Amino acid sequence: MKNVYSRIFGGKHNITSLVLLALLLLVVLPASLDIFRLNMVGKYLTYAFVALGLVMLWGKAGVLSLGQGVFFGLGGYCMAMFLKLEASDPISTKIQSTPGIPDFMDWNQITHLPAFWVPFKSLPFSLLAVFVVPTVVAFIVGLAMFKRRVGGVYFAVITQALALILSLGIDSRQGYTGGRNGITDLKTMWGWDIRTHHAQYILYFATAILLLISILFSQWLLSGKTGKMLLAMRDREDRVRFSGYDVSMFKVATFCFAAALSGLGGALFVLQVGFISPSLVGIVPSIEMVIFAAVGGRSSLYGAVYGTLLVNTGKSLFSETFPQLWLFAMGGLFIAVVVLFPDGLAGVFDLARKKLGPLIEKWRSKPIPVGLPGTVNGDQP
Amino acid sequence: MSSNTDFLLAIEDLTVSFDGFKAVDSLNLYIEKDELRVIIGPNGAGKTTVLDMICGKTRPTGGSIKFKNQELVGMAEHRIVHEGVGRKFQTPSIYENLTVFENLEVSYPKGRTVLGCVRFKRTPDVLERIHKIAEEIALQDYLDVEGAFLSHGQKQWLEIGMLLMQEPELVMLDEPVAGMSPPEREQTAALIKRICKGRCIIVIEHDMDFVSRIAHKVTVLHLGKILAEGSMEEIRNNPKVVDVYLGH
Repeated sequence: MKNVYSRIFGGKHNITSLVLLALLLLVVLPASLDIFRLNMVGKYLTYAFVALGLVMLWGKAGVLSLGQGVFFGLGGYCMAMFLKLEASDPISTKIQSTPGIPDFMDWNQITHLPAFWVPFKSLPFSLLAVFVVPTVVAFIVGLAMFKRRVGGVYFAVITQALALILSLGIDSRQGYTGGRNGITDLKTMWGWDIRTHHAQYILYFATAILLLISILFSQWLLSGKTGKMLLAMRDREDRVRFSGYDVSMFKVATFCFAAALSGLGGALFVLQVGFISPSLVGIVPSIEMVIFAAVGGRSSLYGAVYGTLLVNTGKSLFSETFPQLWLFAMGGLFIAVVVLFPDGLAGVFDLARKKLGPLIEKWRSKPIPVGLPGTVNGDQP
Repeated sequence: MSSNTDFLLAIEDLTVSFDGFKAVDSLNLYIEKDELRVIIGPNGAGKTTVLDMICGKTRPTGGSIKFKNQELVGMAEHRIVHEGVGRKFQTPSIYENLTVFENLEVSYPKGRTVLGCVRFKRTPDVLERIHKIAEEIALQDYLDVEGAFLSHGQKQWLEIGMLLMQEPELVMLDEPVAGMSPPEREQTAALIKRICKGRCIIVIEHDMDFVSRIAHKVTVLHLGKILAEGSMEEIRNNPKVVDVYLGH
């Protein structure tokens, strides 16, 4: 059992990272932010699930997907469909020509619930679908691509196209999907009003805890043979293949795992924000997710969370003051990270630890620190 | 379909052409159990291409490759490995970011499916095998060293060790002593002689001293065809071979 714990928490350094992140998410932020801001952080944290998936897929397995918004969206839509059906009970929709179906269907002259909506009346089914639908889509796409050894740029382009197809598809079938407006006016989950401040607090904590669990689970996967396999595959794919492994299936599985994480993020997004629309599924959000992971450090699980929080906080502060400039700033940030800090924040942090660690040691071991000649920048313990 | 044989590996009429150029041309090659066969020949003779086709890296244009009377042509690479074929590449292919121990562990033939891999545990069996093989390839003191920090010769040995972890019945070594010092060559020759018990080995090599030290039988390839086949002595005295390859 000891072995299992050490695999999940992974060494002293990782426990420190875990405790710091848990303190930040569960104590510092809830204590210092009002519910409006905290709810925004909760929204960012749902993107962090996608970034976490990208760390596994891109950072660890070396496969870059520019379409993770697809899975975020699928998870979100599965959740939203359930919530929308619950919000569209016959009494509150009695002014419609067909009461009991979502309002946008009624506006589009649809008179009965489409068959693929019916199972989403059930909460257990919907919760399951949040994971299963993205995973199945990822499995099919992954199998088709990786079995044919499509990789690198080609894979990135195809996933990008997938994001475009899905967002356009949702957009154009308004009667079935809510179209460009998305699915809005979500009210309750099994009778529990998700719009109250109380519910938003609970959902924030649920998101933060699920995120921490996802990190621990990923860490557990990476600490075992799977982590070594991913590293080996990135290093020398051919050698892995000629050691008797079906490399494509490992890539498919990682893609599915990243998709399932993204789906969970999407569902939590819908619960906290109260709507989903195709603009969260398409190309731009998919690329933003990659930037979050890159800024945080594409092969660091914790880095992905900090990267997501940082970029989004920057985005909301910056775009409140200079809405036009934000996209340029974002693009510049991405280029700067790729060129200057390929390992993102995590890389900078590691470098700082390596450079400053000995300095701190030296400073500590000095018998009497008389008149420190100009403390080294950032050299505060 | 060609008939069944007693050979471990029976290659018949094997042909591959790249844009009309026949790199290997109607090759027939039979290798018995427990045999150590060396393939020599000038550059571009098609030696590496033959190994590529056996292990599934290159698809032949025609012909058949039967291993234990099972057709390998068209089989996926990892399945060929499961059948018992192991391949060492010309340039040492090891995982530079993993330690020697992890390199060997990843090559252990358990947990090869995704779920199997997630469930994989370091059992005493695995540890024992890793230590045994590490000793065999003289890397027992380097288990915690990352692959990138090994010398060139040690990398070559590690890759041979990784093959041995798979317990293959057929081992294919592409220039195993390239870039090695003379003492390392000697050690490698001894290693190959040791591991050939109970399995069949195909070696591609240019170093004739090394070849004469290990070979049971030598095949000379030239322009995708077999020029000669026989013992080292016969090959050395074959005028055609002397002409195209061994020279003066």
